[in-house]
Amino acid sequence: MTVTPTLNASSKNKPDGWNRPQVIVPEGDADLLEVAMGPHHPSTHGVFRMDVALDGERVIRLKPVFGYLHRNHEKLAEGMSYLASMPFTDRLDYICPLTNNWAYALAVEKLTGQAVPERAEYLRVILGELTRVQNHASSIGFLIQEMGASGTPLMYAFREREKILDLFEALTGARMMVNYMRFGGCRVDASPAWLDATRKVVEGLPGFSEEMERLLCSNEILMARTQGVGILRPELAINAGVTGPMLRASGVDYDIRKVDGYGIYNRFNFRVPVGDHWDVYDRFMIRLLEIRESIKILEQALKDIPGGPVMDPKAKIRGFRPKPGEAYGRIEAPKGELGFYLISDGGPNPYRYRIRPPSLINLTVLEDMAIGQNVADVVLIFGSVDIVLGEVDR
Amino acid sequence: MRTAEQIKAAIEAAMPGAGVGFVTNPSVSEQHSLRLAPNSAVAVARFLRDDLGFSFLSNVTGVDWPDKEVSEKVTLTRTVTKTVDGVDSTVEEKVDETRKRQVPGCLEAVYHLYSVELREGPIVLRMRTGNRTDQVELPSLTPIWRSAEFQEREVFDLFGIVFKGHPDLRRILMWDEFKDHPMRRDYVEPDDFEYEPTAHDEVLTRAVAHQISEAAAGQEGTGHSQ
Repeated sequence: MTVTPTLNASSKNKPDGWNRPQVIVPEGDADLLEVAMGPHHPSTHGVFRMDVALDGERVIRLKPVFGYLHRNHEKLAEGMSYLASMPFTDRLDYICPLTNNWAYALAVEKLTGQAVPERAEYLRVILGELTRVQNHASSIGFLIQEMGASGTPLMYAFREREKILDLFEALTGARMMVNYMRFGGCRVDASPAWLDATRKVVEGLPGFSEEMERLLCSNEILMARTQGVGILRPELAINAGVTGPMLRASGVDYDIRKVDGYGIYNRFNFRVPVGDHWDVYDRFMIRLLEIRESIKILEQALKDIPGGPVMDPKAKIRGFRPKPGEAYGRIEAPKGELGFYLISDGGPNPYRYRIRPPSLINLTVLEDMAIGQNVADVVLIFGSVDIVLGEVDR
Repeated sequence: MRTAEQIKAAIEAAMPGAGVGFVTNPSVSEQHSLRLAPNSAVAVARFLRDDLGFSFLSNVTGVDWPDKEVSEKVTLTRTVTKTVDGVDSTVEEKVDETRKRQVPGCLEAVYHLYSVELREGPIVLRMRTGNRTDQVELPSLTPIWRSAEFQEREVFDLFGIVFKGHPDLRRILMWDEFKDHPMRRDYVEPDDFEYEPTAHDEVLTRAVAHQISEAAAGQEGTGHSQ
C-alpha cells in the first residue's frame, strides 16, 4: 500500500513515545546473551559495532556504536579555506565522491549566489547519475554477498562499477578521490571522446540492470530471506529522518531531485519508484529500479548536453570571502539526503561547516527494524541500510 | 511555500507568549530562522509538526559563539588645562576613545525542518544556551522528531550542550572517557598525540618538549612517546 502524502498522516494524535523502539519482554526468565557484533565483522562495511542482546536467536535490544573512523572533518574544515575542504569531501562517502563534491559546491553556491554554466550542470547530472548507478549496483552486490551468495552477484556489480570508475578516472584523474567540482562549475571539461565513451557505457547499462533483475529478483532464497524482514513503517521513517532509497522503500514518495529540482533535474523525465511492503526486499528492489531511472536520466542528459564553458569565467574559486550569513544546501545523494550547512562570518574560512550525513541518520531506525528478528537477519537489515563509515563517523 | 515570517505569525496566533524571535540571514540564500525560547520550544515544535506539517527534521547541529570583545569608538568631551604663552587656561577638547565591551558567549543548537507532505522547507529553528559553562541545558526535540536522537548526541559530544529529555544522551563519536568538547572554538588539542616514528620539524620540537615536561612531572610514559 502506497502512502499518499497527506497532511499529518504521519504523527498526529500519536501518544508520546510512539517513535521509540518497541521493547520486547523475553519469555520466562531467559538469560539474555549479549554479543558485540563488530567492529571487525565482515558485514559491517568498515569499522562499526552493534551491541546486541539476544534471547536465543531473537534480538531484544541493539545499540549501534560509532566513532572508530572519526577524524573531525568539520573541525578541520573550519581551519581552512572553502576550496581546501573540497578534496576532503571525497573521503566522506568514498563510494560516491562526486555527489559529495556536488553537495558541498551547491551549499557554497547558495551562500555566495554563484551561478553555474549550463554545460557544467549537465556534467554534474551525468556524473551524479553514474555515481548512483555504481553505488546502487555495489550496494546490492554487498547485500547479496552478506546473504551468503559468495562472489557472483558482487562481481557482476563490480564489473559494471569498474567501467564507470574508468570513466571517472579518464575525466578527473582519479577513480575515487576525484576532487572534481568547483564553486561555479567543474574543474575540467569533458572531451568529445569522453562523452562518446560514456554513451557507450550507458548503452550497456540496461543490459546489466536486466541481467541483475533476471538473476536476483525471483530467486527463491533471496525472497525467503528478505521478504517481511526488517519492516520500517512510513510514519516512523519520516519521523526518524530516514531519506533516500530507504525512505522510498517505506512507501514515501520523496525524492529531493523532484522536490527541490536542484541543478537542472526538473528538465528530465524520470519516475520515483516507491515500495509497498517496507521490507528488505523492497529496499533491494527500489535500488534496482532506481538504476533504471538513472539510465533514463543519463540518456537524456547525454543527448542534450550543450557546448560552452564548464566554469563561470568570473567565478572566484579561491580566496573569496562570502558575506556574513548562512546557507543549507542539500542533494539527493545515492544514500539519501546529503546536506552541507555553512555559516560565514565574512572571513576566508567557514565559521561553521556541518555535514548532514545520510548514512548516520538512516541508522537511527536500525534498532526498530531489528527488534524481534533473528540475529542472522540483522546482518541483512544492516546491509539494506547501505552505509559507508567514512560518512557515518566523519 | 510559506515564509519564515508566516510560520512565525502562525505560531504566535496559536500560542501567544511563546516568545518566538526572528533572525534575519543577510546572505543571498535568504534562509531566515526562528529563535525559540527554551522553555516553550517543545510545545512549539509539536505545533510545527502536528499542525503546520513539518514532519521531517532533517539536520540538527550546534554552533559555538565564544565570549568576544567588541571595540566601540566613543567620542568624549574632556576639560584639559593647557599652558599657552605662559598663561594657564582650561580648554574643552573632544577626544575619540576606543572602549572595549565584553559580549557573553553562548552555544546554539540549529534545526532544519522540512515538510514531506507539503514539500516545503527549510524552516530553521535556533535555540541558545545561557552561557558556555554552567548553563548549557536546552530541551531535547527527540521526543518530537526521532531523527534528532543521534544528532543531538553528536552536538552533546562535540559542543557540550546538554539536552534535557533526551532518552539516551551519551557521547557518540568520541569515547566515553573523553573530556572536553572538540568542536568548541577554544578547544586545545592535548599534547598526547602519537608522535611520528621519524619526527622532524614541528613534530620533533613538540615531541622533545613533551618528553621534557613528562620527565619534569615524573610521570611514566604514556606509551605514545617512544
